[in-house]
Amino acid sequence: MTLKRTTRRRLRDGGAYVVLLAAIVVLVTTADREAISKNFLDGETWRGMWPDIVLIAAKNTVKYTVIAFAGGIALALVLALMRLSPLRLYRWLATGYIEFFRGLPALVVIIFMALGVPLAFGWTPPGGTIGAGLIALIMVSGAYMAETLRAGIQAVPKGQREAAQSLGMNGFWTMLTVVLPQAIRIVIPPLTNEFILLVKDTSLLTFVGMQADQVELTSFGQQGLVNYSNASPLLAIALVYLVISIPASQLVAFLERRQQRASR
Amino acid sequence: MSTSPMTTPAIQVSDLHKSFGEHEVLKGIDFHVDQSQVVCVIGPSGSGKSTLLRCVNRLEEPTSGKILVEGIDITDPEVDLDAVRSRIGMVFQQFNLFPHMNVLKNLCVAQRRVKGRSKAEAVEVARRNLAKVGLADRENVYPAHLSGGQQQRVAIARALSMDPDMMLFDEPTSALDPELVGDVLAVMRDLASEGMTMMVVTHEMGFAREVGDNLVFMDGGVIVEEGDPHQVLGDPQHQRTQAFLSKVL
Ligand SMILES: Nc1ncnc2c1ncn2[C@@H]1O[C@H](COP(=O)(O)OP(=O)(O)O)[C@@H](O)[C@H]1O
Ligand SMILES: [Mg+2]
Repeated sequence: MTLKRTTRRRLRDGGAYVVLLAAIVVLVTTADREAISKNFLDGETWRGMWPDIVLIAAKNTVKYTVIAFAGGIALALVLALMRLSPLRLYRWLATGYIEFFRGLPALVVIIFMALGVPLAFGWTPPGGTIGAGLIALIMVSGAYMAETLRAGIQAVPKGQREAAQSLGMNGFWTMLTVVLPQAIRIVIPPLTNEFILLVKDTSLLTFVGMQADQVELTSFGQQGLVNYSNASPLLAIALVYLVISIPASQLVAFLERRQQRASR
Repeated sequence: MSTSPMTTPAIQVSDLHKSFGEHEVLKGIDFHVDQSQVVCVIGPSGSGKSTLLRCVNRLEEPTSGKILVEGIDITDPEVDLDAVRSRIGMVFQQFNLFPHMNVLKNLCVAQRRVKGRSKAEAVEVARRNLAKVGLADRENVYPAHLSGGQQQRVAIARALSMDPDMMLFDEPTSALDPELVGDVLAVMRDLASEGMTMMVVTHEMGFAREVGDNLVFMDGGVIVEEGDPHQVLGDPQHQRTQAFLSKVL
């Protein structure tokens, strides 16, 4: 006998709830609550992390993100303009760069810049290993954001460029005063997404080693784990990451809704 | 309206061809616009009217042929295209105002960057032209808050602010609600009576008849017929012109 489609869906949804409820019951009854509170909610550890977790670690995470983002945008702009250049050589160079750095794990680039380059060429980038790691993040995020920016530039209606040209404006002023301001508006939501990804990618800097005042959240959590022999620092940094990234992704959602309304 | 043979035509097009890939859109166009003349171009959609207009300020690259603007060959690769363009105002069907700038900024940006005018000078010119199109009170408004007719009049004022020697109009009223067409045509009529050289692609036969000095009918990438508007509209000689006019009149 065939059931009506709505009935079938109701049965399926009901089944999913039953399974979920059962899983929660099993977790709560079998979890070692004492172990959890000792390892993740240890009061002394939590007090010991304060205020460095905010004044040093979170501050550095934000600082590294902002540096990598700003540098990445500047690089991305150059790459995007090269991608759109009438000169084939520029297009090839930019495409090669973008494909190369999007195809590698960011961590490989970071380790290469911070450890590989000094080893191979005897040259340490400015700012030591952290500076090198940040340069690597700029190189990688620039490759990603270049494609976003290029799409934004191409999304500006052709008539805008033509209107500027018909007024006698040259390519530079047309781009700077007419095309880019509109392109940037278009790419604000996707760029905010890149920003959130970068917040998390700064954790990769952990691998290159840093001095005490350079510590970002992940290093801070990892060192805390060792110092206190306790997992509470990990829960703490997880919460700080969420405090940074959730509002940011809400902001993206808001911007996207607003843009959809505006484009209607 | 005849001009002395000594004056250079504002626009002189000879044997102009334009292809998009395999598709030949303009198949040998010859015509000219004299100083202070108003030439209207009519014809069915897809006949190449916009392409012709856009070749005159090189928004489209001609495939072959010659285009002289005030005697200067603009197909010459050596020519300073931006300088030529700043002397040719262009008004688009879709207005193409800059949406991120208010009206005053729309009128000033090219004056500053191309003409190198000071801010005060640019603003003064802009205000004069806004007043001319009847929108003196709208300088701080963004384009999105204007009606289509107002946007098109701002676009005309923007082109005029460059002090062009001639104006190109590509169906300036085709995107407008019927009740807004009149204001735009009135501005264009004023311009014509001040002696502005104009080339107007339009479906407004009344405007073509009353304001135009010359009427060009295009079909299939060629000029089928041209002449005095009253003559062409009242007594078309070619069968294709007759067929087109019987549909639009
Ligand atoms: N950029 C372009 N690429 C390819 N074909 C085009 C392009 N612009 C116009 N055309 C073609 O050229 C023909 C004439 O177009 P157009 O000059 O816009 O005609 P009109 O303005 O008289 O309606 C049309 O068939 C159109 O499809
Ligand atoms: Mg057209």
